[in-house]
Amino acid sequence: MTQLLTRPAPGRSAGSARPPRPRLAARIAARTRGGAVQAVLLVAAALWLMPTVGLLLTSLRPKEDSAASGWWTVLAHPARLTLDNYTALLGGGEVLGAFWNTVLISVPATALTVALAALAGYAFAWLEFPGRDWLFLVVVCLLVVPVQIGLVPVARLLGAIGLFGTVPGVVLFHVAYGLPFAVFLLRNQFLEIPQEIMEAARIDGCGEWRVFRRLALPLALPALASLAIFQFLWVWNDMLVALVFAGSDSQPLTVLLQSQMRQFGSNLDVLAPGAFLSLLVPVAVFFSCQRYFVQGAMAGSVK
Amino acid sequence: MRTPTRPRSSGAALRRRGLAPVFLLPALALLGALVLYPIGWSVVRSLYDAPGTGFVGLGNYRTAFTDDATLTALRNSAIWVAVAPALVTGLGLVFAVLTEKVRWGTAFRLLVFMPMAISFLAAGITFRLVYEQDPARGVLNAAAVAVHDTFDPDPSYPGARPRPGGPATTSGGAVRAAPAPPGTAVAVPLVGLKPAALPAAAKPAAAPAAGAQGGVHGTVWLDVTPGGGTPGTIDPGERGLPGVTVRLLDGQRTVATATTAADGSFAFPGHPSGTVDLPAANFAAPYRGLAWLGPGLVTPAIIGAYLWIWAGFAMVVIAGGLANLPRETLEAARMDGAGEWQIFRRITVPQLAPVLGVVLVTMVINVMKIFDLVFVVAPGPVQQDAGVLALRLWLVSFGGGNDQGLGSALGVLLLLLVVPAMVLNVRRFRRSTR
Repeated sequence: MTQLLTRPAPGRSAGSARPPRPRLAARIAARTRGGAVQAVLLVAAALWLMPTVGLLLTSLRPKEDSAASGWWTVLAHPARLTLDNYTALLGGGEVLGAFWNTVLISVPATALTVALAALAGYAFAWLEFPGRDWLFLVVVCLLVVPVQIGLVPVARLLGAIGLFGTVPGVVLFHVAYGLPFAVFLLRNQFLEIPQEIMEAARIDGCGEWRVFRRLALPLALPALASLAIFQFLWVWNDMLVALVFAGSDSQPLTVLLQSQMRQFGSNLDVLAPGAFLSLLVPVAVFFSCQRYFVQGAMAGSVK
Repeated sequence: MRTPTRPRSSGAALRRRGLAPVFLLPALALLGALVLYPIGWSVVRSLYDAPGTGFVGLGNYRTAFTDDATLTALRNSAIWVAVAPALVTGLGLVFAVLTEKVRWGTAFRLLVFMPMAISFLAAGITFRLVYEQDPARGVLNAAAVAVHDTFDPDPSYPGARPRPGGPATTSGGAVRAAPAPPGTAVAVPLVGLKPAALPAAAKPAAAPAAGAQGGVHGTVWLDVTPGGGTPGTIDPGERGLPGVTVRLLDGQRTVATATTAADGSFAFPGHPSGTVDLPAANFAAPYRGLAWLGPGLVTPAIIGAYLWIWAGFAMVVIAGGLANLPRETLEAARMDGAGEWQIFRRITVPQLAPVLGVVLVTMVINVMKIFDLVFVVAPGPVQQDAGVLALRLWLVSFGGGNDQGLGSALGVLLLLLVVPAMVLNVRRFRRSTR
C-alpha cells in the first residue's frame, strides 16, 4: 500500500516467454490506441493544470489588466507580469496576521490531535478496562458525524468559558472533531505490533509509559506522520469552523479572503495572490510528503 | 484493512487497568463535551422555536420540508448525492486504468491528485475565475466562444440597420432591399455601426465584378463617412460588410443564397430577378458563452469544480486496488484475444467492485456535508439557487437567519442522512474483529 503513485509492473509476468509477435494489423491498432490514450490523458492534464495556472497568472497581473482581459493574454506580453500584488499584500499587515493565525491554529490543532489520539489509541489497543469494546464502537460511530451539528452548541459552550472568538477555541473544536478518525487509525496501527514484542518489553520490567514512548510510538511512526499531515491540511484549509469560532483578530487566511468574496472581480489583486499564498503551504506539504499523503487518503476512505 | 489481533488478558493486564483512565481521559473528555453532548443538545434544541423558549415539537422539521429555500437546498443536496459521487468514481476509474498504460502515468497522477491538498476557498476563487461570464476574462467562455465561432465563422453586425429613408427597409429584424431595375446594382446602405466594428478584412465597398453582373447583384456597405459623404451612394473610404448572408427571394421562397465578399459585394448569377433579403441572423448579438454561475447552471458548475478537486482521490485509491488485482486473469483474457474494452468491462470493473464501493460511499458522505465550495463559488444573488443542506444550516443559524431551532433541526437531518454510513462502518468494524 505504500507506493500507490508508482505504477505497478506493466502487464507482463516476469520470467515467462515473450508472447508471440502480434500480426502487423494488431500492432498498428495497438499503437493508435496507445496514441489515443496519450491524447486523452494530455487533454485531461491540461484541464487539471489550467485553473491553477490561471490563478497564478492572475495573481501576477496588475488589477487593471485583470479587469480588462483574461489571464491567458499575458502569455503574449510576459513583461506585464509583476510581483506588486504580493508586495502590497504582505506589506499590508492584515494578510500577514491572518497567515500567522492560520499557523497558530493549524500547528497546535495537529499536535494535540495526534498526541491525544496516540494515548487513547494505545489504551484501546493494549490496555484492559471494562467496556473497552463498547467505548471503541462509539468512536467508530463518531467517524462520520458532520462538524455542522457541533457548530451551534459548541459556540454556546465556548462562549460560556470565554473561548469563543479565540484561537484556542478554534483549536479545541478541530481537535475534538479530528479525534474519532485519529483514534480509530492509531488504535488499528498499534494493534499491528506483535503481541510477543509487547509482552517481552513488559516482562523486562518496562513501565507502561516507557513501552508506549519507546516501543509503540516509534513503531507507529508512519501512521502518525500520515495522520499529522492530513490533520494539518484539514485544519489549514478549513473555513467553516473558523468562520463560526474565530474572531476578527484570530481569523485565519481562509476567513479573511472569504470576507472579500462579495466584491469579487474588483479586488482580484487581493484575492488571487491571497488564494495562491494559502495554497502554497498545503501544496508544498503535498509534494514533499506524497507517500504519507496517499496512505492517509487510503485509510481515510472510511471517514 | 488488516484484521487486528486482540491481546489476551493476562495477570499483568490487571495491573495496567489503573492506567487506562490516564490515557483515555483527555480524548474522551473532548469527544464527550464537544461531539456527543452537542448531538444530544441539537436534538432537544430542534424541538424549540427560534429564541429557544417555546416548545414547537416537530415544527422546525415541518418548516424544513415546506420552506422554499430549505426545499431548494434539499433538492440540490439530492442532485449532488446522485451525480457527484458517481462522476468522481467513474472519472477516477478511467484515470486509474489509463495511467497504467502510459509512461508518464505517475506524473499525471501527481498532477490530478494535487488539488486535494488545496482548500475549498482557494479552489473556489480559482473556479470563479474559470467561470467568469465575460468571454474576454473567463477562460471557459473564451473557449466556448472560440469553438462556436469555428463552426459559425460569419461575423455578425449587431446594431446595424438600413439608412433611414434609403433604398432598404427592415422587416422583422431582417433587412429587405428595394427592388432595382434588372441589370443595375442593388444598394444596401447600412448605418448604426462604428467603422471600427468592421472586421479588419473589410475592403472599400465596390460593385461586383462585371462578369458576375448577369443576375441580381449589389453591395452591402457601411454608408458612413466621417464629416459628410452622400447618403445612399458609395463614397470613397466607405467599406463593405464582408460575410453577410444574402438571400434572393421569389415571393416567400428562397431561390438562392450568397455571402458578401470583402468589399461587400454579392451576386446571384443566373437569377435575373428577385427580392434581396438579409436575414436577421446577420444582425444578432454575437455568441458570448454560457452563464455558468447563473441560477440554471450554478450547481452543475460547482459539481465540475468538485470533480476537479476529488477525482484524484478516487483515482489514487482505485489505482491502489488495481495494483493488488491478480494479473493472471488479465493475461489469460489478453491471450484469448479479448479487446481492451471487454477486459475493462468484464474483468477489471467486477474485480474492483469492493474498492469502487468504498470510494463511492466515501464520496456520498463527503458530498452530503459540502459547504465551502458552494459558499465561495456561488455569487451572492444565486446563493439560494445553489444552496445545499449544510450551507442552509449555516445561513439559518449564523448567516443572518439566527434561528437556532431550525438550524439544529437541519443539523439533526444531516446527521440522520449519514447514519447508514455509520451502520456500514460499525458492521465493517465488527466483521474485522471477529
